[in-house]
Amino acid sequence: MNGAATSALRVRGLCKNFGALAVAQSIDLDLAPGARMGLIGPNGAGKTTLINLLTGMLRPDAGSIELNGEAIGRMKPEDRVKRGLARTHQINTLLNETNVRDNVAIAIAEREKIAWRTLRFRPQWRDCLDEADERLREIGIAEVADRRVSELPYGRQRLLEIAIALALKPRVLLLDEPAAGVPSAESHIIHDVLERLPADIAILIIEHDMDVVFRFAREITVLVQGSILTQGEPAKIAADPEVRAVYLGRSVV
Amino acid sequence: MSAQPASTFVEDRVSPLWHTVPWLLGIAFYFMAAGYLSLGTNILVYILLTLSLDLALGYAGIITLGHAAFFGFGAYAAGLFALHVYPEPVTGLVVATALTAVFAMLTGMLILHTQGVTLLMLTLAISILLAEWANRAHSVTGGDDGLQISMGPVLGQFRFDLWGNTAYLYSLAVLFIWFLVAWSVVHSPFGRSLDGIRQSPGRMRAIGTPVWWRLVAIYALSGAMAGTAGALSAQTTRFVGLNTLHVLISGIAVVMLVLGGTKRLYGAFIGAAIYVVVQDVAAKINPFYWMFVIGGLLMATVMFLEGGLMEVLDIARRRFRQLFARAKP
Repeated sequence: MNGAATSALRVRGLCKNFGALAVAQSIDLDLAPGARMGLIGPNGAGKTTLINLLTGMLRPDAGSIELNGEAIGRMKPEDRVKRGLARTHQINTLLNETNVRDNVAIAIAEREKIAWRTLRFRPQWRDCLDEADERLREIGIAEVADRRVSELPYGRQRLLEIAIALALKPRVLLLDEPAAGVPSAESHIIHDVLERLPADIAILIIEHDMDVVFRFAREITVLVQGSILTQGEPAKIAADPEVRAVYLGRSVV
Repeated sequence: MSAQPASTFVEDRVSPLWHTVPWLLGIAFYFMAAGYLSLGTNILVYILLTLSLDLALGYAGIITLGHAAFFGFGAYAAGLFALHVYPEPVTGLVVATALTAVFAMLTGMLILHTQGVTLLMLTLAISILLAEWANRAHSVTGGDDGLQISMGPVLGQFRFDLWGNTAYLYSLAVLFIWFLVAWSVVHSPFGRSLDGIRQSPGRMRAIGTPVWWRLVAIYALSGAMAGTAGALSAQTTRFVGLNTLHVLISGIAVVMLVLGGTKRLYGAFIGAAIYVVVQDVAAKINPFYWMFVIGGLLMATVMFLEGGLMEVLDIARRRFRQLFARAKP
């Protein structure tokens, strides 16, 4: 099928209920390779739930998810990751007792499928460490490679979340509020990194900071009470009276 | 950039010469403590059990009070194999180890999707069920009476003698082999992923780690090691009793591990040695109150030494190095 082959991520009719509460109501989503899509919506709209459905942390009640044309809707989370779907977490989910370099190297070992090795592993592990250093340089935190994660300022930990996701060489990357909790004085560091993300990765970003979303995204999906209100270019969304109404008259741009 | 990045492992920052110390001590004990070799063998068996627990509990974070099940399973497997099939110890040890690995893998597959207290209770339950089965299955296990076994010579060459010379060296060799395996495992990418799972299963799932399979694998390996310890105990004492399956064994192993220090491998050596020696010495002084000494030691360790008694060695080593550095002009 031609249409499916051109989509990096293709979602059709995704539904999920928590009891009587519909947290996802027949959601359709298309991410072309290299897409930059922003997902916005008021608190409780189901943004993080949608990410959890895509990554397989939650099981959908109905609907299909395709990654590069392959149905992944019934796969375990780890199998989706192996096929090129990576995410960052809204709240840092890192190995706090481990140093920064090893946090990335462990992900690389997993990607290179050497994480089962217990014998003759030293050269491969060395390669993982070297590549980890490179990833940290790219994202600008090479100088803290030897530090424990727990000793790192929060902003650096946010960057590490992104570095780990990138180390998996994903084709689709889901960013769950990458700047959440970062003091606004430092948030420009996160923005700079977002701007420099590899162009060929399709990215879906959830963000409360409208400045960030409207600068970063080339298309925006508005989610309200588990269903898609509207989709379109940032300018169109910003001008949409319905979207403004959802945000209770708050100025969107 | 430094060419040699600092490692997460304390051991990697230490001269490799230190590795010879415990093993030289183990060999020296053989020549110097002739009357105490059965005590020494007992220590070696407990070191192996504690080492196995370190892999599961220390490194992978599998909360368990069920290692007695594997210890006892290995002991009965070795005993029954020697009685009914073939009395050569090494063969029996390999068979008992393999069987325990399968048993640990199957029980692990049943329970390792759970965590925390649920997991703890399930490990306990399996161990109690097995102990009760062994108690009832008198025709197989001898029930309360246990099994008296006679062993052939090790590899057809070395008889188990009255003074425990062969038993000690045999146990030391087995411990050394398992130590090499454990060392390799915890330093490998596989070991690193276990360390990650202990810290954050969610993080590991997000990078594509099959968490459940990894846990099942290390549980099976750890169970196999505990099974070897049980088999060694059966072979060197020529007796298997219900006490090998008792929950107390699991508890003792946890105490030894915490006492010596988790996630250090050598912590098992110190913890088990101190426990058995203190028990021996204190019980001679007062047979009723030796548990007080162990309890006191444990409390002091947990309160003041986060890394167990291994931390005392770390501190000593640092002081030693400072002195050495000052002595140099």
